Amino acid sequence: MSRGARPHRPGRRMPPHRLLAACLLTGAAVLGGCGKAATERDTLTFWTIGREGEAITRLLPDFERAHPGIRVRVQQLPLTAAHQKLLTAYAGGSTPDLTQLGNTWLPEFVALDALEPLQARVDRSAVVRPDDYFASIWATNVIDGRLYGVPWYVDTRLLFYRTDLLRQAGFAAPPRDWNAWRRMLAALSHPERRVYGILLPTNEYEQLMSLALQQDEPLLRDGNRYGNFRSAGFRQALAFYVDTFRLRQAPAITNAEAGNPWTEFGRGVYAFYLSGPWNIGEFRKRLPAAQQGDWSTAPLPGPHGPGASGAGGSSLVIFRNSPHKDAAWALIEYLSQPAVQQRFYDLLGDMPPRRSSWDGGALRDDPQARAFREQLERVKPTPPVAEWERIATEMQLVAAQAIAGELTIDQAAAEIDRRADAILEKRRWVLDHAGSKP
Amino acid sequence: MNPRHAAWLFLAPALLVLGVFFLLPVIAALALSLTDYDLYALADVRNLRFVALGNYWALLQRPLFWSALGHTVYFVAVGVPLSMAASLGAALLLNSPLARCKPFFRTALFAPVVTTVVAVAVIWRYLFNTKYGMANYALGLLGVHPVDWLGDPHWAMPTIIAFAVWKNFGYNMVIFLAGLQAIPADLYEAARIDGASAWRQFRHITLPMLGPTLLMVGILTVSGYFQLFAEPYVMTEGGPLQSTTSVLYLMYEEGFKWWNLGSASAVAFLLFAIMFAVTALMLRLARRGAHADGEAA
Repeated sequence: MSRGARPHRPGRRMPPHRLLAACLLTGAAVLGGCGKAATERDTLTFWTIGREGEAITRLLPDFERAHPGIRVRVQQLPLTAAHQKLLTAYAGGSTPDLTQLGNTWLPEFVALDALEPLQARVDRSAVVRPDDYFASIWATNVIDGRLYGVPWYVDTRLLFYRTDLLRQAGFAAPPRDWNAWRRMLAALSHPERRVYGILLPTNEYEQLMSLALQQDEPLLRDGNRYGNFRSAGFRQALAFYVDTFRLRQAPAITNAEAGNPWTEFGRGVYAFYLSGPWNIGEFRKRLPAAQQGDWSTAPLPGPHGPGASGAGGSSLVIFRNSPHKDAAWALIEYLSQPAVQQRFYDLLGDMPPRRSSWDGGALRDDPQARAFREQLERVKPTPPVAEWERIATEMQLVAAQAIAGELTIDQAAAEIDRRADAILEKRRWVLDHAGSKP
Repeated sequence: MNPRHAAWLFLAPALLVLGVFFLLPVIAALALSLTDYDLYALADVRNLRFVALGNYWALLQRPLFWSALGHTVYFVAVGVPLSMAASLGAALLLNSPLARCKPFFRTALFAPVVTTVVAVAVIWRYLFNTKYGMANYALGLLGVHPVDWLGDPHWAMPTIIAFAVWKNFGYNMVIFLAGLQAIPADLYEAARIDGASAWRQFRHITLPMLGPTLLMVGILTVSGYFQLFAEPYVMTEGGPLQSTTSVLYLMYEEGFKWWNLGSASAVAFLLFAIMFAVTALMLRLARRGAHADGEAA
C-alpha cells in the first residue's frame, strides 16, 4: 500500500538515555527539535491534538510492523494550546513532520506557505481515492485549487433529541424544516418549570454558523474580502437563532453555566441538543441503561426541508520543511485505510471521512450514527480564509449581545459586517498588493 | 587608564547582559508595536506595514481593551489591600509572643507561594465546583443557595481574587515578619508603661515603623497584580462572558492566539505606561505623607 514510500534501511537508533541527554543539553524546550537533533533518519514526529493522541498509539504498532524502517514519535498537544504551539513552531522553524490540523486552521498554514501540496501523491496513491471522500470535507483541504491535506475524521453538528419526549408531545418524527422545528420547540418548552426545548450554549459559534451555512448566500463576499452578514439569508438565520432565546425555548447560558448537559438532557431539561459526533459516546456512557432507547440523532432541519451543516473535522498534513515526506505520506496512507478508520472509530468515536469506511464495522448498522452519515452528504465548508475563526468568534459575541436584547437583528448583522471587514482589512491589502506585482 | 574608564570596563559585562536581554527586546517590541506584524508578515516580511500609532489608537477604541482594563483595576483595587492585610495579619500572628510552633506555621503559610499555579488551580476548581465543591457544601450547611463561583460573571473575579490572595500572601508575610522583628522591643515596653492599648501600640508604633516596608511591598504587589494572567488562564480562560479577561490575557490572545504581534506589543506598552503612572503616583503620595508626618512631629 505504501507506493509513495521508498524502502527504508533500519537505521542506528540512539539509546533512550542518550536521546534524553541530547534533549536536555540542547535545552530543546520545543520538543519538535528533539526528533531532528537525533541521528535517527526515519523517525517521524507526529503531532496530535486532544484525545486523538491516545487512540493513535494503539494503531501505530501495526504501521511500524509493516514499515520496519519508520518509527513514529507521537506528541500530544492539548486542544487549548495547539494553535499557538503550531504557530510558534512555525515561527521558530521547529515544525514536526506531519500533524493533525483542524480544517478551519488549514487556510492559515497555507497562507504561511508551511504545508506540502499533496495532489501529486494522491494521484499516485492506490489508497487515498478522492471520490470516496465526502465532497465538501475533501473541499476544505483544497485552497486556491491546490490540495494540502487528507481528511482524517469529520465533525459536523446536528440534532440529538429525546424520542420519548417528542412522542409524548405528539410528534412521531424529528423536524425536517425550521417551521416544524419551531412548533416542536414551542410544545416542549416550559420555562416556568425550567424546561427548555433546546440547549444552545451562547459561547459556541458552531450552532449559529451551522444555521447560517444553510443559506444560499455565502458568509463572505467579493472573493472573501468582505463580510456578507447583512445578506437576507444570514439575517434570517440570526433571527431564527435569536428568536429561540427570546421565546425562551433555549436558556441564554454559556457552556460553563450549563455544567453537565448530558445529565440534564437525560432528566428532560432539554429535548434537543445541537452538538457533534463525540456526544454519541458521551450519551452512551453517561445516560442510564434504561434511557438508552429514549434518544436519537437527526439531520439538521433547514429553512425549507433538510438543511446543511458545517464541514468540520481534522486533516493530516505534511510540513514543507519535513525531511521525511515519503515516510509521512506512508503514515497518512495507512491511517486512510477504511479498516484502520473503522478501528479508529471503535477506539474513539471519531467519524471517518470516507464512504467505504462507513460500509463496514460498527458504523454500518449504528442507528445513532446514521443521521451523521446522511448529514455528511449535506455539509458546507466555511470560508477558506485564515481569519475565519476570528470572524466566527466576533459573530458569536455580537449574537450574544442580540440575545441579551442590546441589539436588533439588523444592528447585529451590521455590527458583525463591520467587525469582519476590519479583520479582513489586511487580507484585502495583501490580495491587492499581490495583484499589482508583475 | 583613568578611573572613569576603569569603572565603565567593570560595568561592561553587566551592561552587555542588560542590553542584550532587556534593552534590545524592549526596543524591538516598541518597534513592533508601530507595525501591523501579523500572520501575513510572518509568512512574508514584505507584508509588514508601518502604522505609527495606529495600534494604540485602535486599542483605545476597542471596548474589550477597556473592559479588560476595568477587570484588571478591579483585581488590583480589591486584591492588593486584601493581600496586604492577609500578609500583615499573618505576620502579626506569627510575631506574637503567644504563638506556638512558629516554624511550622511559617512554613505552612508560605507553602502556597512555592506551589505551582496550575496544580493548585485544579484543586481550587474542585473546591469551587458548583455541584460538588466544598465551598458550596459549606454554604449549604449554613442554608445559603449554591453559588456558581467560576461560571457566573459576577462571581468569577471574586473567586480569582481569593485564589490569588491565598497563593501570594505568604511571600509578603515573610517580608513583613522581617520588618516586625526589626522594630526595637523597648518602644513597645515604653508604650506599655504609658498604658497604651494593643490597638494604639499597633497604630502608633508598628505601622509607622513598618512604613517603608509597607510602601515597598505595596509597590511590588501592585505591579505584580497588574500583570494578572496565570490565574484566569488556568481557572476560567478569560470567561465567563470575558469577565476575567485581564489586560495581559488580552495581550496573550492578541499575540499568541491570533498572532497579531504588533497589536499585542501595543497592549504591553500601554500596560507598562499605566503601571508606571500608578507606581509613580504611589511613590509621590508616600513622599508627601512622609513630609506631612515630619512636619507634624
